Amino acid sequence: MNQEPSTNAATPDRAAPPARRVVAQARFEALTMLRNGEQLLVALVLPAMVLVGLVTTSFVPLGAGRRVDVVVPGVLALCVISSGFTGVAIATGFDRRYGVLRLLGTSPLGRLGLLAGKAAAVLSVVVLQYVVIGALGLALGWEPRLGGIPAMVVSTLLGTWAFVALALLLGGTVRAEGVLALANLLWVLLLALGGVVVPTDRLPDSLEPLVALLPSAALGDSLRAALLHGQVLLGEWLVMAAWGIVATVLASRLFRWSD
Amino acid sequence: MPAAVVVTDLRKQFGSVVALDGVTWQAEPGRVTAVLGPNGAGKTTMVECCEGLRRPDSGTVRVLGTDPWHAGADHRARVGVMLQDGGLPNSARPLALLHHLAQMYAAPRDVDGLASQLGIDRFAGTAVRRLSGGQRQRVALAAALVGSPDVVFLDEPSAGLDPHARLDVWDLVRSVADGGAAVVLTTHSFEEAERIADEIVIVADGRVVAHGSREEITAGRSLENVYFELTRRSPR
Repeated sequence: MNQEPSTNAATPDRAAPPARRVVAQARFEALTMLRNGEQLLVALVLPAMVLVGLVTTSFVPLGAGRRVDVVVPGVLALCVISSGFTGVAIATGFDRRYGVLRLLGTSPLGRLGLLAGKAAAVLSVVVLQYVVIGALGLALGWEPRLGGIPAMVVSTLLGTWAFVALALLLGGTVRAEGVLALANLLWVLLLALGGVVVPTDRLPDSLEPLVALLPSAALGDSLRAALLHGQVLLGEWLVMAAWGIVATVLASRLFRWSD
Repeated sequence: MPAAVVVTDLRKQFGSVVALDGVTWQAEPGRVTAVLGPNGAGKTTMVECCEGLRRPDSGTVRVLGTDPWHAGADHRARVGVMLQDGGLPNSARPLALLHHLAQMYAAPRDVDGLASQLGIDRFAGTAVRRLSGGQRQRVALAAALVGSPDVVFLDEPSAGLDPHARLDVWDLVRSVADGGAAVVLTTHSFEEAERIADEIVIVADGRVVAHGSREEITAGRSLENVYFELTRRSPR
């Protein structure tokens, strides 16, 4: 075998530029997510079923407003939880189990690059989910308040931050099987009772004050306020930011790179 | 030429268990250094300190003159790592994964050539979780070499391989060292050490019990005999 003459110790820039490494990792992680059947089910198929189910039936009371206009923002919130929380937590748990995090930590990508890549991957998957669910919503007669789109973007970014940080906290501390069970269970619980698709003020009175403090309710309610009324809910943004900060601090202290 | 890996009085403890009790050794460029020792002797911990995965309690580790715990991306690009548990994402396909990893380097090796040299092209599109242990080993080895590293750490590179694949791996490891890189590999195989190692480090109970060229260590005897003499189970 012919090798290039061994490069001199003083040669700089052996690693690819940081942006290229992160973009490569983001694309790899996003494609891995989209190719994984179970992940795709949770990220797109189930949210689409929730959308169609809630719009075409009236079992679940959703309060004032045209039904489709109330449902679509909630399903967008569900998308963020699916890919940002459930998807990232499970992938991180198993990558940790199989030593992937350790190996990538020794590559030029490094630990920070890996986290940046995961974040960028989630955001690009969320954009794709929004396009698909938005198009499906429009086909079902959704009429969003276009003036609420900037507020929607802010809510989405804050919600993604909070849920990805929570996912890393879970995926980085619990063993892989536990992560799998907990991340799916929490997805179901948040969908049913977390103020995601059912507005917090339509939940039983005993739950309401508690649920209002969850990031899921803050995300769902703020997306509904933005896309139904063009409103900004500062309190809900603060709730998401608080979860983001606490989860980020805890994750950075407790995250274990190996199982 | 200065040593590529210099480990000096390295100590590492996990709770009350002393994993490394002051080990000192080095590895030279262009040479294959084999680290031998019983399970639990501290080989993996020692190598992980060199890879920047663990922080020593005391002592120093220098790889290419740099402290691996604080090293940046350009240093990591010069160091290839093959972990014992592989570290390959379960759903990835081997060739796509290697092309992905190659993107982390400014001047990676020719991925397709490397893959065909290790026979990876024969299972290029099979998900990692469906590969046999030996196939996975070869992908992990390719991942360690894809950046044309100056130092390579290989944790049991030929474990679980059939005889033909083992020869391919040995040829490749030899050619990497002949290309000027320092190769450090851990192994349980005397045959492997005798065939490809230039230098041998024997570790037992967290200490280096022998370190030198293969000829010095064996002095005309079989490596196996020397090894058993040096690593006789001590009551702990």
